Amino acid sequence: MIPVECPSLPPQGILGRLRKYARVFRVSLIERMTYRADFLVSTFLRFLPMLTTILLWQAVFAGAKEYSGATDLSGFTFNEMIVYLLMVNISRLFSSMPGLAGGIARDIRDGSLKKYLLQPIDMVDYLLAYRVAHKSAYIIASFVPYAVLFFLCRGFFAGHVPTDPITWLAYAASLVLAFLIGFFFEACVGMVGFWFLEVTSILYIVMTLNFFVSGHMFPLDLLPPFWANFLRALPFQYLAYFPAVVFLEKVQGAELGWSLVQGAAWALVFALLSRWLYRIGLKRYSAFGG
Amino acid sequence: MAEPTQDDPGPIISAEALAKTYRVVQKKEGIGNAVRGLFRRSYREVHAVDGVTFRIEPGEMVAFLGPNGAGKTTTLKMLSGLVYPTSGQARVLGYVPSDRTDAFRRQFALVMGQKNQLWWDLPAGDSFQLHKEIYGIPDEGFRRTLGELTELLNVEKLTRQAVRELSLGERMKMELIAALLHQPRVLLLDEPTIGLDVVAQVAIQKCLRDYHERRKVTILLTSHYMRDVEALCERVLVINHGKLVYDGSLDHLADRFGNVKLVKIEFADGRVPEGMDRFGEVARQAGAEVHLKVDPARVGEMLGAILDQYTVADISVEDPPLEQVMARVFQEEAPAATSP
Repeated sequence: MIPVECPSLPPQGILGRLRKYARVFRVSLIERMTYRADFLVSTFLRFLPMLTTILLWQAVFAGAKEYSGATDLSGFTFNEMIVYLLMVNISRLFSSMPGLAGGIARDIRDGSLKKYLLQPIDMVDYLLAYRVAHKSAYIIASFVPYAVLFFLCRGFFAGHVPTDPITWLAYAASLVLAFLIGFFFEACVGMVGFWFLEVTSILYIVMTLNFFVSGHMFPLDLLPPFWANFLRALPFQYLAYFPAVVFLEKVQGAELGWSLVQGAAWALVFALLSRWLYRIGLKRYSAFGG
Repeated sequence: MAEPTQDDPGPIISAEALAKTYRVVQKKEGIGNAVRGLFRRSYREVHAVDGVTFRIEPGEMVAFLGPNGAGKTTTLKMLSGLVYPTSGQARVLGYVPSDRTDAFRRQFALVMGQKNQLWWDLPAGDSFQLHKEIYGIPDEGFRRTLGELTELLNVEKLTRQAVRELSLGERMKMELIAALLHQPRVLLLDEPTIGLDVVAQVAIQKCLRDYHERRKVTILLTSHYMRDVEALCERVLVINHGKLVYDGSLDHLADRFGNVKLVKIEFADGRVPEGMDRFGEVARQAGAEVHLKVDPARVGEMLGAILDQYTVADISVEDPPLEQVMARVFQEEAPAATSP
């Protein structure tokens, strides 16, 4: 029998393909709304550590002043430090991907992966649409708790809210990069599930390292120059550090433009890598199990 | 394979010497062996499917039978492109399934009774909408097919209820609807009625039969429920130990493997006389009734003798239930395939 293009269905154009993922987005958004109460409680609980963080850095800065009379650490004043740590939360709001890598690995292990093989849909695109939906829901729903938090901390922001529209544009771009790099990097980690059945320990190591190398814990500038430069050359800084320092206008002009280009390149690298891993992983999956 | 011509499009599904060999790691007992296993693994080869050849013509409805582990699911996986064959070739709708082209995937569906594809937390209706976009189904056709299927399965009122709140039977109906929305030309069903009660089983059977008649879709199904098979299929493929042991009509299967008739006799005087085992193997005896398994060639002679010697209230001669026939087929050690 000669292959026949479906007689019952019209051919799908680019628009049709986009609509497909737009629908994934909508359906995921509705699904997300199922667990509203859980969401509110967990968001407020997440802010509790912020209080201890502020107290800790207060002590650090007080100690530094007493010891050497310095009022800043590697260029960060106390207020800047707190703003940085608050803004890192916003970066992570975009770049963290809870359950992405683990979910991919689980789908591979328990066979749910089949649905992407049986249906005319691409897993990576599907997960991307799904994640955009989840993130949108999460960010919209986070608005109120974050507004409360930032209002309470408004004192630290005095003089540190950018007025230059270029900064705001660059900040928006840096958040998009945080999302893309976060997504494709974790997707790559999830693909490891094609080769190892159990990825929880790998995930744990990656996430722990990430907390440090992304600048989530403290600004990378506090490290000795060699290590600070090294970590700034890695893609992980885009997940937390970079958007926050863009907001604080610590990266500007040509350096800012160049960093954005670099970030876009990293996003592309991980996007291609995740697809390649998916392709060779599937070959292995179809040869061994299925 | 014969060249397809205009009049004869050729088989819609074909398997040529299809084989799949898995390599499974052998784990030995004990810590020492576990540590050794980290460096050197021993493997065992499992011939899940071992050179299976068959063809299915457009519009056929075929049952694929075999005991657990016989290779049914692996064959379905090869036909749907989930698994690469180790050797041999599968073609479905003219495509090589493992190429997984979108054109192929938009024309077929695989339903597995033990897996679900619907979104757990959402009403089935939302999953249907998603399918509509994934397969690019036009609005008009989507509405018509959905209306037709929900009516056929009597679930019009349930499409707005979260899937997790549906009963197993209702969920399976929704799965079936999701699989049929894009009007596949080939439908592969792996245990579609597993775990369902009789009412739900019959509903699914009826839907499949009606749908098959209306749309002339080609269906290959596996099931352990012989009722499904009897209700739906004229042709059966039997696989055992990875080899095809039978390919032919359901009636002929009973003749070939169930080489025995079941004679049920009820005696008029309210009890079964002694010595019934000289007529045949006693399968069951209770009250005034006895069931005897008899060689078909001897049935006439045996009935004559019984009617001669005893007063009989009721008597019937039947083919044994399909379950018993299948049990006999499965017990046979993979003989060469036969094509009557």
